[in-house]
Amino acid sequence: MRKNVFGSVFIGIMLVLLYLPILVLAFYSFTTSANIGSVHGFTMDNYRNLFSNEELREMILGTVLLAVGSALAATLLGTLGAIGAFYSQKAVKGFVGALNQVPVINADVVTGFSVCIMLVVVMGIDKSTYVPLVVGHVVLSAPFVYLSVVPKLKQMDSSLYEAAMDLGATPRQALAKVVLPQIQPGILSGFALAVTLSLDDYFIASYTKPATFDTISTYVVNATKGSQTEIKTALWALSTLIFLIVILVVVLMNLSGRKVGDGDGK
Amino acid sequence: MGAFRFTRKQLCIPYAVFLICFVAAPLLVIIYYAFTNGEGQFSLMNLAGFFTSPYTIGTLAYSFGIAAVTTCVCLLLAYPIAYILARSQWRQKPVIVVMFVMPMWINFTLRITALKEILTVIEGNLAYHPFLNTIIGMTYDFLPFMILPMYTTLLKLDKSLLEAAADLGANPVQVFCKVTLPLSVPGMISGVVMVFLPSMTNYVVLDMLYNSTYIMGSLIGSYFSAYDWHNGSMIALVLLVIILIFTLFTNRYTDEDTGNRGGALL
Repeated sequence: MRKNVFGSVFIGIMLVLLYLPILVLAFYSFTTSANIGSVHGFTMDNYRNLFSNEELREMILGTVLLAVGSALAATLLGTLGAIGAFYSQKAVKGFVGALNQVPVINADVVTGFSVCIMLVVVMGIDKSTYVPLVVGHVVLSAPFVYLSVVPKLKQMDSSLYEAAMDLGATPRQALAKVVLPQIQPGILSGFALAVTLSLDDYFIASYTKPATFDTISTYVVNATKGSQTEIKTALWALSTLIFLIVILVVVLMNLSGRKVGDGDGK
Repeated sequence: MGAFRFTRKQLCIPYAVFLICFVAAPLLVIIYYAFTNGEGQFSLMNLAGFFTSPYTIGTLAYSFGIAAVTTCVCLLLAYPIAYILARSQWRQKPVIVVMFVMPMWINFTLRITALKEILTVIEGNLAYHPFLNTIIGMTYDFLPFMILPMYTTLLKLDKSLLEAAADLGANPVQVFCKVTLPLSVPGMISGVVMVFLPSMTNYVVLDMLYNSTYIMGSLIGSYFSAYDWHNGSMIALVLLVIILIFTLFTNRYTDEDTGNRGGALL
């Protein structure tokens, strides 16, 4: 019993430490203060600034568009790659699997640097075309889509595909109506992972983004060095909003019956 | 029959081409640049330069130090958390596990901003304790990545083994040291991989907390902004080799490779 109390207290302290910075910032995002410490009054100005400041609005929209766009491309490539590799000879499967593993284990700095050198320096593609940025984010996230689809393909009953073919389905129909529905959970979680990876990325974007464009990460890093308090406190509001959105998504997913945190890792 | 098998396999062509162009080719380009000079001739100058310059070697050593200490701190904090969570019978256990993982989904630059505000209030000037602050920042950033794989491993641990050890006369300390600890090594190794390599290259935490660039990740950037692809590639190559050695060494001890970066808990 004593051990149990000790455990609860320890877990409690760790959670407090983990969330204290985010919660303190959330509290101050509703005040007029520009520094943590003194509170003079409460206001929603930071939230208003977040959406009225054109620079901030474009940065947020751009980040979300990039995340969704690159995740869609990564999901398409990764899923098709996983299906194709799954039915290919061992050599092809091993080759694709090994290359797929490179961005997974590689440091993001090295991935970003190498993509930039390849596209910008060797191929001469201008960063302002957004091509290096999008390619960089697809390189970052497609391997994770691939990794979440492959286990679903392995779990699939292979005779179902044959049965569909025997019953007169064309290969394309069999793929669309039998294979895809079975691996759909893997595709969806791959897509979600791809979105999170793109949203959280700083390193690849910093090497490949156009000079005039900022993602949330690159913008925040630059802003912490600047002295514009209005921007600084607006970012507190952004941090709070993202925190609330994450909570909302987690709660919704739990309600919809998908098990989050069952420890299965999937 | 032969025709449709062919088309199924073909699905992997786009992804294979993509991987060759944007993963394999960039690596070859990096190797090429690392071993050539400005005139495009073969040269070992960059390699020699890396290992003779006190600055680069010092950065490498300091990065190793940061990564090693961060990993140890994360391990020491995450193990009890994972252990308590895995063994507990709390009804709200899934919620608490998700709470430990949730910070992963909040943009890390915003989390570090929050931490910076708090630390500034506590310490006054962050530059007084650069090493301590770096470790706090890195731990704050990477702790969830250590908790998740260890929790998964400890949860899967066969309870009957613990009972058997106890029945055979082991006291609780012996059960822990001789059964639980050795069996949780795969989880620990996955966690170490998730924390050690990123903290060696994550220059943003240092940069944001006290404007330092004394870490491996920044080194690439400083050559990059000076248009020195050759030395930049050499640094990237050194990092790649370190990552490769590290991965080969740890691969033997981990379960299957689940890419749990970005929250595979989804």
